[in-house]
Amino acid sequence: MTADGFLEVENVTKRFGGFQALSSVSLHVRQGERFGLIGPNGSGKTTLINCISGTLRNDAGRIVFEGHDLTAVPAHRRTRLGIARSFQIPKPFASMTVRDNLTIPLEYAARAHGVDATEQARAILRLMGLEAKAHAAAATLTQIEMRKLELGRAMAAKPKLLVADEAMAGLSSAEVDDILDILFQLNARGITIIMIEHIMRAVMRFCERIAVLDAGEKIAEGGPEAILANAAVERAYLGQ
Amino acid sequence: MRGRTFGVVVIGMVLAGVLFTRLGANQYYYFAAYVILQYVVLATAWNILGGYTGYVNFGTAAFFALGAYTSVVLIKGFAAPLPVLLAAGAAVAGLLGLGIGYLTLRLRGVFFSIATLALAVVLQTMVINWDYVGGARGISVVRPGRLPFFGSYVEFLFAVMLLLAIFAIAVAWWIETSRIGRGLAAIRDNEEAAECMGVPTLRLKLIATTVSGSLMGVAGAPFPYYVTFVEPSSAFNLDYAVNSLAMPMIGGTTTWVGPVIGAILLGTTQQVATVTISSALNLLIVGIILVAFVILAPDGILGLVQRLKGGARA
Repeated sequence: MTADGFLEVENVTKRFGGFQALSSVSLHVRQGERFGLIGPNGSGKTTLINCISGTLRNDAGRIVFEGHDLTAVPAHRRTRLGIARSFQIPKPFASMTVRDNLTIPLEYAARAHGVDATEQARAILRLMGLEAKAHAAAATLTQIEMRKLELGRAMAAKPKLLVADEAMAGLSSAEVDDILDILFQLNARGITIIMIEHIMRAVMRFCERIAVLDAGEKIAEGGPEAILANAAVERAYLGQ
Repeated sequence: MRGRTFGVVVIGMVLAGVLFTRLGANQYYYFAAYVILQYVVLATAWNILGGYTGYVNFGTAAFFALGAYTSVVLIKGFAAPLPVLLAAGAAVAGLLGLGIGYLTLRLRGVFFSIATLALAVVLQTMVINWDYVGGARGISVVRPGRLPFFGSYVEFLFAVMLLLAIFAIAVAWWIETSRIGRGLAAIRDNEEAAECMGVPTLRLKLIATTVSGSLMGVAGAPFPYYVTFVEPSSAFNLDYAVNSLAMPMIGGTTTWVGPVIGAILLGTTQQVATVTISSALNLLIVGIILVAFVILAPDGILGLVQRLKGGARA
């Protein structure tokens, strides 16, 4: 594996009191890659991406993004550097319209203003299939629309790296394909994507490389076939 | 559209104010109007943090009294003129606001509110034990002599408070229509998501607490000249905390108009009730109106109007 210095996670450790959520996890994600992060519930996936996006600080180890050591960089600056994320449980700005939800990252992260911001918001809404809902209150959206808004809002930050935290949880099979289509399109535009997901069909179809976490440790890494054939992964998911 | 409403309100306030001072009405009216305008400033200031940002401050009285007691010190020690008092009150209360802002790093929701309430108690205790500013007994302040243009000093104070109210509204309007206002709304809706979307949440919260505190302090700065006798229990009165929270809630918290409507309605009702019924009834009236609004119109008068109009947000 050759590291190109795009995203380097080196020996990242995170404790919550006496609980070891991450023990010395290392990952290298290459530019333009479709990377999958899987593992049973409570294995530390979300903790790891919280450390990458900056909402949590790792206790040890370091994360380097395009040459920037992120250790002391607050979350909003990481977003401006090009790391955007969606949340597992959608966190829309509920008092705003769908379009205004996009205006926040457009203004604050992508530095787009006025007419420019309006144009870009429209383009993202079109890509997400949310054009008709532009002026609806975010609080009134359905589950799938909420998921799309979550991704669209992350897109509005003009990321180089998009971390999609269970963007498909709770969706029907057709809706999963819908979101996958969008993610493939974003990747085709050059955006690196880290997908955290429980829906194996989606992970196997989408990801070029997958890392598996179990109880805070990385137990496997490789292509989809190698992961499916891996005995340790099977043990982690199914037990002995 | 919003800009036009803002312009109309400001021009209306100036004209009404000028007309009012030319009328040579009963002095009591200036006294009453001063209090109402003071509440326009306090409610507007409270709303910048409470309404726009979503951090409920129960410590309005602390910021107000800090402005008032800063004036007491400057009057007693240096015989400072009113403009200096206003600037100093804003600066000192703004600093306290900045300090409160750092609390938001660790305290959110109800815990933040409790901390601000505690702040008022701590400050009041300090003032009670500080003899230079009169301690618990209070202190008399002598007003400067007569002024040109104004029939009395109270008329002059009324004009000053009118300008402060216009200034406060202008600040709130500017914040609301700027990028800062949209960032604050994002914090109110979801602070974690806001931070992850590139909003510098700490910096924006510090701006909100500092501006809000500073406006509350400036509202308290002329207070010693208004009452001429300052004592802790009046400067730190619970009324300030309750009213400055109730007025935006009644008017509507999402725009600058809400606190103005709430302050004028509730402030006027209180002044009328004080004269016609009893001054002790004030807080009871506020309480009843607030409960009624929370149940019947949780988004305040503005929300109610919007809903009756057919509700663009339905």
